[in-house]
Amino acid sequence: METFIEEFGLIWGGFLATLSLAAVAGALALALGTVLAAFRVSPVGPLRTFGTLYVEIVRNTPLTLMFFFWVFVVPSLGFVPELGFQTSIIALTLYTSAFVCEALRAGINSVGVGQAEAARSLGFTFGQTLSQVVLPQAWRTSVPPLISVLIALVKNTSVAAGFAFTEMVAISKRLTNLHASDAIFIFFGIGVMYLLITIPLGILASRIERKVAFAR
Amino acid sequence: MHKYMKGAALVAAAMLALAACSSDPADSSPAAEPGDFPEGSTMAKLASAGSITIGTKFDQPLFGLKAPSGNPEGFDVEIGKIIAGELGISADNIKWVETVSANREAYIADGTVDIVIATYTINDERKEKVSFAGPYYNAGQALMVLSDNSDINGPDDLAGKNVCSVEGSTPAANIAENYPEANLKLFEAYTDCLEPLRNNQVDVLTTDNVILAGYVAESDGEFKVVGEPFTEEPYGIGLAKDDTDFRMWINDVLEEIFEDGRWLDAWNATAGTVLPEPTPPSVDRY
Repeated sequence: METFIEEFGLIWGGFLATLSLAAVAGALALALGTVLAAFRVSPVGPLRTFGTLYVEIVRNTPLTLMFFFWVFVVPSLGFVPELGFQTSIIALTLYTSAFVCEALRAGINSVGVGQAEAARSLGFTFGQTLSQVVLPQAWRTSVPPLISVLIALVKNTSVAAGFAFTEMVAISKRLTNLHASDAIFIFFGIGVMYLLITIPLGILASRIERKVAFAR
Repeated sequence: MHKYMKGAALVAAAMLALAACSSDPADSSPAAEPGDFPEGSTMAKLASAGSITIGTKFDQPLFGLKAPSGNPEGFDVEIGKIIAGELGISADNIKWVETVSANREAYIADGTVDIVIATYTINDERKEKVSFAGPYYNAGQALMVLSDNSDINGPDDLAGKNVCSVEGSTPAANIAENYPEANLKLFEAYTDCLEPLRNNQVDVLTTDNVILAGYVAESDGEFKVVGEPFTEEPYGIGLAKDDTDFRMWINDVLEEIFEDGRWLDAWNATAGTVLPEPTPPSVDRY
């Protein structure tokens, strides 16, 4: 317990690192995931194929492999991102966007096909139909799975600890090595710090859900 | 004519070298006899047995690495040969046993080995179970950079540089505490730092110089170790606890070879191919 209080500065730094990683990668993954979802429902064949391939490959391989790719493989091909925050953001964003895409696509599929037909009959282009008619309705259905994806993202940031980014898990490893006798308190303390991020996310989810509830 | 001269010069040089060898006092002096040592001492026992069992590492390049021939090679091994030689035991009669960090005290205590020379750091906790002669070398934390890097020559040059190490390790903690202006990039294993070092994503890899030397030896000139170690890990020769006569005798041998250059020769032939030349440590006669 003492260690946890004495070293709280270090732990707080790790907490902020985890939080910023989750926030930046989360925002980028939402944007990229939306684009991917649009690809997957678009009338353009190659885009649909690309979207499907991307999602199936990324969703079905481990996140650690994604990190490995960006930290150890890509630099030898000539593109050298800054080790630590940048590589972690890239890996987490690319990984999470596949899940965002699928959550959104489920939402899009839940919007009655008549909505899109009506929009088209009014002369809306594909882009207009998607952004002004379908997606606003799809978001609502997608909120609960999207929050699950974001909660998973918060926990997934811990993989960055093994790839040169010092976040909460890295800090906990450091502290456990320094103060082996306090390992239990450090362990539980770090667990609670994760809950501080993820539980409010869950609460936020149910709030939004209630707010955007609608009768179909 | 010219060719002939060259050949003659070679022959002459070879003859000179041979002559130098045979007049070397270390070679011509008679081997030690059991009677040279106090009766009942470990030295007398080993000398009359004519063989010694030495524990060393089999996986540490430049210090103790098992060669294809089956015998280990390296600085620790050379020190072992010198000590055996002082007992009148030839290199062929040394039995090498692999010791790893976890079994060194146990092997000494149960007599599996007579002495351990295995990158064995002297510390108080270990002194409760075994005795240490030496140190015969001071290892310590050092820096490894790309061979063409010339702006990092020591820990004082680390400000603003990306320094790679292992999360939770002592070297990383040392950098964080004493060189806070360095940017630490921490992985789970030192080998994870090699690829980022090649790609210039990190500037330096830091840990014990002996580990770094192993990477340099395997890197084919890609990496180099810079500067003297800036922490102290004194390597000692482990032997049975409270065998004070034996310990003092090994200390005498060490001091002798620090003086007469055999220590430096052993260094230059092994670890010295990669690491900068050290000054001999002073033996700790506790």
